Amino acid sequence: MRKRNFWSWLWVVLAFAYFLMPLIATFLFSLRGKKGVLSFLAYRRVFEDPQFLSTFGFSLEMAILTVIAGFLLMVPTTIWIELKLPKLRPLIEALSYLPFVIPPIVLVFGLIRMYSRPPFALVSTPALLVAGYIVISFPYMYRSISGGLQAIHLKTLMEAAQSLGAAWVTAVLRIVLPNIRSALLSAALLTFAIVIGELTLAVMLAWPAFGPYMALVGRDRAYEPAALAILSFLLTWLSVAVMHAVTRGGERSDSGAGAVH
Amino acid sequence: MKNLINGRAAKPLSSFAYVGVLPFLFFAFAFMLLPSGVLLLGAFQDAHGRFTFANIVALFDPSILKSYAISIQVSAATAVGGAVAGFLLAHAITMGRLPKAVRNFVVTFSGVASNFAGVPLAFAFISTFGRVGMVTFILKQLFGISLYDSGFNLYSFWGLTITYIYFQIPLMVLIISPTLEGMKREWREAAENLGAGAFRYWLRIGLPILLPSLLSSLVLLFGNAFGAYATAYALTGGLINLVPILIGAQIRGNVLYNPNLGYALALGMVAVMAVALAAYVTMQRLTARWMK
Repeated sequence: MRKRNFWSWLWVVLAFAYFLMPLIATFLFSLRGKKGVLSFLAYRRVFEDPQFLSTFGFSLEMAILTVIAGFLLMVPTTIWIELKLPKLRPLIEALSYLPFVIPPIVLVFGLIRMYSRPPFALVSTPALLVAGYIVISFPYMYRSISGGLQAIHLKTLMEAAQSLGAAWVTAVLRIVLPNIRSALLSAALLTFAIVIGELTLAVMLAWPAFGPYMALVGRDRAYEPAALAILSFLLTWLSVAVMHAVTRGGERSDSGAGAVH
Repeated sequence: MKNLINGRAAKPLSSFAYVGVLPFLFFAFAFMLLPSGVLLLGAFQDAHGRFTFANIVALFDPSILKSYAISIQVSAATAVGGAVAGFLLAHAITMGRLPKAVRNFVVTFSGVASNFAGVPLAFAFISTFGRVGMVTFILKQLFGISLYDSGFNLYSFWGLTITYIYFQIPLMVLIISPTLEGMKREWREAAENLGAGAFRYWLRIGLPILLPSLLSSLVLLFGNAFGAYATAYALTGGLINLVPILIGAQIRGNVLYNPNLGYALALGMVAVMAVALAAYVTMQRLTARWMK
């Protein structure tokens, strides 16, 4: 037993050496903005750049729109197939996981070809960007929502609510949704974390989003990119930490297996 | 029991019930299936919309084949490397009798690191292992080792690989931990009581149980790296012609001015993913038979 414990510690320590090294190095690098001394100059420059705020604001807006529109589409659909059409579940599941097979670069290529000329000239509207983001977040949304629904015995809850006289819509709004709120929140935060720094769709559809802005800074500056990397890491950490804090309450949690690059 | 309820509920509203899934089906069709389908169709058309195999034939140009080779190599290397390292880490935290706090920290950190990708991840590695990066700098100052003179280059196959591994390991930890948690400690103890050593335990019990999850993790990790555009774009600025980078250049129209070849490139990417998935399904069927 002792021996196994030693190897486990060794692996954890080695893994953390690998994971922490780039973070520490990047942080130290970001402090070198002023020659000869360590300073937060690079961070100040980042925050003082008006483009930083405007692009971050744009991506924030897109992320919120994606979460709202994605929920309006996915939540009713998932509840509906669980309750009324369980035999369609494999189809919805397959469609939801399909974005894993279609890389974002291929998806955006198709969207541009399909929607750049009449009758569907959507390329110049943010609606197409949001639609693309919703497709990218299908797998995460579906997994969280259906996981949440499976954990609460949806059918029993609905039958109980309806036998007490609640209408179908009331039962969903007042009983089901509050019971899967932590699953919903984790889906929202994961989608949020993915959309905020997304590059591929934003750059190809030519939107002034945060991802393309970071890429531009990376080409022109030396220390600001390191500061941006640290800030992004903190933002991701914050989203995941909130997610974990909320899902700890017994519900089957989705630990946030994510990553769309 | 469940079927009984379903059967009873489904009958009176069977035709009406389908209306409920129409919005989702319409959306998935309009913004996922149709655009991809049109793209794949375009791979078999020339500039005037006539049917042709010319674009597919053009894929076998040596420079394009090389792009596919590099993309597949990077994805396979990071999938295998990430899977092995991620498995060891997941095994350490689920079975290693470590304090619960360590376990929770590793899982939370994995959630963060698997999502920490794209442009910021590229920046972090440039600040670390780039020509003027901190680790490059420290190695040179303290130990007199020059990374770049000894052949290392962040903007190369190995640079891409160590960068991608950063999100592959935590993804593996997240996927495989639940399966490892499901393996009861009693199984190992029972095997040990019957005289099996660690090697025999893994060969006869551990691996067969884990094999399906390991295979599906490998495919997921492969796809995760294969489709990655942002990290490669920000890291190499297009120096290494991975397939996503080539497609990106096609979309921006600054290379070959032949969109139909771009569609063929995209078709090739989806085909590689489909082959990976097919291999996974076949292997899973084989292991299912073998486990009976």
